[in-house]
Amino acid sequence: MEGTELAGKILSTWLTLVLGLILLPSAFGVSLGISEIYMKILVKTLEGSHRITLFNQPQWATIRIEKGVPKESVKNSASVGIIQRDESPMEKGLSGLRGRDFELSDVFYFSKKGLEAIVEDEVTQRFSSEELVSWNLLTRTNINFQYISLRLTMVWVLGVIVRYCVLLPLRVTLAFIGISLLVMGTTLVGQLPDSSLKSWLSELVHLTCCRICVRSLSGTIHYHNKQYRPQKGGICVANHTSPIDVFILTTDGCYAMVGQVQGGLMGIIQRAIVKACPHVWFERSEMKDRHLVTKRLKEHIADRKKLPILIFPEGTCINNTSVMMFKKGSFEIGGTIHPVAIKYNPQFGDAFWNSSKYNMVSYLLRVMTSWAIVCDVWYLPPMTREEGEDAAQFANRVKSAIAVQGGLTELPWDGGLKRGKVKDAFREEQQKNYSKMIVGNGSLNSESN
Amino acid sequence: MVHDHDFKGHLHGDNFQISLVSHSQITRLYSRFTSLDKGENGTLSREDFQRIPELAINPLGDRIINAFFPEGEDQVNFRGFMRTLAHFRPIEDNEKSKDVNGPEPLNSRSNKLHFAFRLYDLDKDDKISRDELLQVLRMMVGVNISDEQLGSIADRTIQEADQDGDSAISFTEFVKVLEKVDVEQKMSIRFLH
Repeated sequence: MEGTELAGKILSTWLTLVLGLILLPSAFGVSLGISEIYMKILVKTLEGSHRITLFNQPQWATIRIEKGVPKESVKNSASVGIIQRDESPMEKGLSGLRGRDFELSDVFYFSKKGLEAIVEDEVTQRFSSEELVSWNLLTRTNINFQYISLRLTMVWVLGVIVRYCVLLPLRVTLAFIGISLLVMGTTLVGQLPDSSLKSWLSELVHLTCCRICVRSLSGTIHYHNKQYRPQKGGICVANHTSPIDVFILTTDGCYAMVGQVQGGLMGIIQRAIVKACPHVWFERSEMKDRHLVTKRLKEHIADRKKLPILIFPEGTCINNTSVMMFKKGSFEIGGTIHPVAIKYNPQFGDAFWNSSKYNMVSYLLRVMTSWAIVCDVWYLPPMTREEGEDAAQFANRVKSAIAVQGGLTELPWDGGLKRGKVKDAFREEQQKNYSKMIVGNGSLNSESN
Repeated sequence: MVHDHDFKGHLHGDNFQISLVSHSQITRLYSRFTSLDKGENGTLSREDFQRIPELAINPLGDRIINAFFPEGEDQVNFRGFMRTLAHFRPIEDNEKSKDVNGPEPLNSRSNKLHFAFRLYDLDKDDKISRDELLQVLRMMVGVNISDEQLGSIADRTIQEADQDGDSAISFTEFVKVLEKVDVEQKMSIRFLH
């Protein structure tokens, strides 16, 4: 039949191209430069569209100028607030009004703080995607931008065709191949007896398949300070934005994953890769027992032949504009901590997984129909817990280092606030501070201690 | 995408000073409103507010949230949201358009003081009784001050403010006590653009 023959020929040509141009180079860690050309074209297009925007709607230009945003710094500009927050501590905010005793006007301070938080707060904005300074020709980021010009709309239509009809099928094919190879490869390698050959093969399989998967997202990653790459027997900690973080890091080195056993496709992948090299998977019931978790991780890092553990201490995905509280559990295990900072460039595609809004499949679809995933990875010098420092302080120190390197805001708030309520203890602290101001320390109720 | 008619329609015919808020400010606030509206039904409930951690730890958080909800209602729409926020616009914004015959703007000194007064006046009878003052004080100090001490603070405050001898603070007395306070600065929120 003519039809099926033709279809068969197209399919085989397609697969050969994919094999030759993408899979084989990935196996050898070589790049043919195709994605670089694509990125260059993309950058030029986005810059051009930005210029068209400014030309047609100069009020956007005025707003940029008022915000004081230089063209290069796309990094933090969108997180400039919409209101002027009064960051003065309680003492300053209240004592401006009167002396030491309670006054009827004290309520002004609390109500202003409350209203400020309602208009704009530091925490809830971290659980939704970052807003962009200039439109990147994706409808999903077009919240504050409106119809601008015919030329731009045509570019956008062209973009839609390219993304959905050319890039998406290619990416899905690659992802499919990548995952299948991973599962099959690791299962095969798992049949071998433990030896250095097995470790080497396992690393090869992991690296190749992760590179293929990253290609399937059109990922462009810049690694900085490779000399600090995590070593065996250490713990690698990084800020968490999405499940893609794992692939981003594994493209440059192998890690032992830590996590809960899942069902479905994830479960299949987990069971397969643990055959090839020792990852640490916990049953749901085991996760609740902190001592058990710590013990197993301690055993893992004590064995110098095993790969470094990869942990995300935030515990949940944050939108990559800030680093939230690091849970101290990972820092009680001991050993050397290798911090890694990951910063995505939101202009090319939003990597953040908003798990309350999108399930895994919709998320992957969104990522695969973006332009690209561009990110920077910084390896930081190893850190260990110092004398007299407890786990929480150590966790904060590591968090600061990562935040500073990645250019992210540092927040003391718990990422768990995405789903849970804030602890009463914080409100009680505020109440205590206020009480101290109006009666002085000595007259406080003893039951509060 | 945010369309003008989505919210301007709500605001049409409302106090003129809301129209003084710039388009971009309304857009940002509407964006904020929808992001708080987890139920996606165009209104906010008390739970939606309490999801803001910085508000949840505010000792007067519940009273502030209450200010958004009209009597007996559990939902507030965008218009109500803007009305309450309008109290906190800086007073100098009114200089831009002096309408002598129009209604008093929501962010006038008097209306700002009224907002604060309502935080104390739990039963909305236009008087702050000793009991109400005690309850609000208790919210602000938690468990850290004894009943007796709190009671004496409340008594002193009422004594200083009360002029007509009814052992409660009326709005006029409230205004008199605070006449030297820079209400404009303490109860205003400035937009960055």
